[in-house]
Amino acid sequence: MEIDQLKDIVTEADRAEGETIEAFKRRSLEPYPDPDEWLENNVITTNIDKLLNWARRSTIFPVVCFPACCAFEYIASNASRFDLSRFGMEIIRASPRQADLMITAGTLTWKLAPAVRRIYDQMAEPRWVIAMGACGISGGIFRSSYNVVPGYNRVVPVDVYVPGCPPRPEALIYGINLLQKKIARMHTKIEIPRPPMPGRMAAGK
Amino acid sequence: MTLRTEPFVINFGPFHPSSHGVFRIRFTLDGEVVVDAEPVFGYLHRGIEKLAEERTYTGVIPLTDRLDYISSMNNNLGYVLAVEKLAGITVPERAQYLRVILAELQRVAAHLISVGAFINECGAFFTPFLYMFREREKIVDLLEMVSGQRLLYNFMRVGGFNQDIPEEFLPAARKIIAKLPAHIDEYDRLLMENEVLLARTKGVGILPKETAISIGAAGPVLRGCGVNWDIRKADPYCVYDRMQFDIPTGTVGDCYDRYRVRVEEMRQSVRIVKQALEALPGGPVKAANVPQILRPPVGEAYARIEAPKGELGFYLVSDGGIAPYRCHIRAPSLINLSALRDMVIGWKLQDAVVTFGSIDITMGEVDR
Amino acid sequence: MTVTLSGNDLARTIGARLPQAVVEANDRWVLVRRESIAQFANFLKNTPELSFDYLNYVTAVDYHDYFELVYQFTALKDNRQVVVKTRCPRNDATVPSITPVYRGADLQEREVFDLMGIKFEGHPNLKRIFLWEGFQGYPLRKDYL
Repeated sequence: MEIDQLKDIVTEADRAEGETIEAFKRRSLEPYPDPDEWLENNVITTNIDKLLNWARRSTIFPVVCFPACCAFEYIASNASRFDLSRFGMEIIRASPRQADLMITAGTLTWKLAPAVRRIYDQMAEPRWVIAMGACGISGGIFRSSYNVVPGYNRVVPVDVYVPGCPPRPEALIYGINLLQKKIARMHTKIEIPRPPMPGRMAAGK
Repeated sequence: MTLRTEPFVINFGPFHPSSHGVFRIRFTLDGEVVVDAEPVFGYLHRGIEKLAEERTYTGVIPLTDRLDYISSMNNNLGYVLAVEKLAGITVPERAQYLRVILAELQRVAAHLISVGAFINECGAFFTPFLYMFREREKIVDLLEMVSGQRLLYNFMRVGGFNQDIPEEFLPAARKIIAKLPAHIDEYDRLLMENEVLLARTKGVGILPKETAISIGAAGPVLRGCGVNWDIRKADPYCVYDRMQFDIPTGTVGDCYDRYRVRVEEMRQSVRIVKQALEALPGGPVKAANVPQILRPPVGEAYARIEAPKGELGFYLVSDGGIAPYRCHIRAPSLINLSALRDMVIGWKLQDAVVTFGSIDITMGEVDR
Repeated sequence: MTVTLSGNDLARTIGARLPQAVVEANDRWVLVRRESIAQFANFLKNTPELSFDYLNYVTAVDYHDYFELVYQFTALKDNRQVVVKTRCPRNDATVPSITPVYRGADLQEREVFDLMGIKFEGHPNLKRIFLWEGFQGYPLRKDYL
């Protein structure tokens, strides 16, 4: 029967998932360096930069990434008391293709790590990551456990770290403001591809 | 001419707005009808039971906070009751009344989130959820006044509490408790006879009584089927035997019954807190002679409480040392989830999402 | 108040029907031979004067030479509870499953298998639940890390 065949596939899927996780664990021995080239940026931002950065920092859309307890402080920041939509972050996008920020609200385990990396890879550039809470920064209270990744920067490069267990909504809003200041100092190189002149193309140059 | 269809496997989660945390279900669908549902756990498995063997008895209390993270006062209470049973410590009266007050306030706050998230999945995208968050913020303010933290309190200790409550707590609590029933009635009035809610939840996700008992379900899932079993009445702890309250039960065991049970439980919790606030005695809040580093005698103990999700129990084994030899946590959400397959097979995918929301799990507890 | 049924009383009631099942009994628990745990559970559920129909939990403890499995049952009607234990040696960690009798043991026995490595005969779907296929070792054992 077809359903019995599907049941065998399901166990194959378990084994495949296990191998993915083991391979991922072997690859993630060193943390990703923090993206801080902006600190050395001596380039004066142009007017186009100012416009683009203003647009980008005023409507950041976060993606759904709510493993654990910090999720409820994130939801509380989105609720009516500490309103996050004042900062433009009202809508939480379920699809990573439409999002630019990943707020990692919870403990990361090795079983979940390939899925988080896949979501990060699916987000379009420019994209940012806020590591929320002690579990996001370093593994937190669960650091010595066998299944917990010691910090999200083993898996994705992190832009802003917000400490706390869980951080208060005011702390998270401060972290988002810091991210907005970071975005304000971004410099975007715009390259306009130029079509080649007809003669040179024929000559093979 | 019949249409030939082929079942296919679809992945629900681990990152999904309706999955109450990181939970994955492999649905086998034939069109829109669910043929098989296999849950996959472990995405939040942090090894709390193993970590508890490395920490002192008091040091395990912050770990227990993170189990069912929306009701952490109750988790703390279950654990300290188990340690007190193991070590033979009696807790003074004032501490017991305070424990009841804090646990019931926490129950209201947790049920507000449960009901809000459930209605969210039925389609009322965030409006009732945000209304309920308004009330939850008021209760969380009270608990912050007492413990200093908004979500993971780490406040109960073996033998009582380390510090007494501040003076502004009692008048503030009375003020909020006086207004809560009116707000609960407001939500009920908006939602109880709503056609969309009734169409999506009445008759959906029925759990028969015998299945619920055989699975070991507890909490609103069991009471929604009509079984009158609540640990606060059957096996009372703290001062619940002096409180007057009713146990709401459902009749059929569908999603609507479980929703009504939770709303009624909120009203009963408010009643308990009112009685406890009036009867609060004076006196010490911590048992005398509880050592800084506890070394309970060799033995084992199991203590359980009625958490918002069901029967939360802690099974502790001690070998005379400073850390527990084994700490097992009986997690109600994991055992309630065994019922998911039965409730979902044969229904459509949308009904499966609503049913799953009505069981109401928290992944911190399922995976520990 | 939930009354704990004395292990001695239980041993007497069931000992008449299932001889040699009970190894040791005291006020708080009954220790049962591991081969007869499934029949013992069946008896607990289906005997009318016992009717322990609700399984509270299934867990295991690692006492270096042997594993001890602990089960707790409740009779909802009479409000009684009983604790049943069984042991298995470390190098031969297999125990019959009580899932055919109590469906709630399904996920809990899978958890014990995943974290302690005790196999359950007769379990319909015994595979790892919290950790992934290919994880080396059983974390809750005392000799892990």
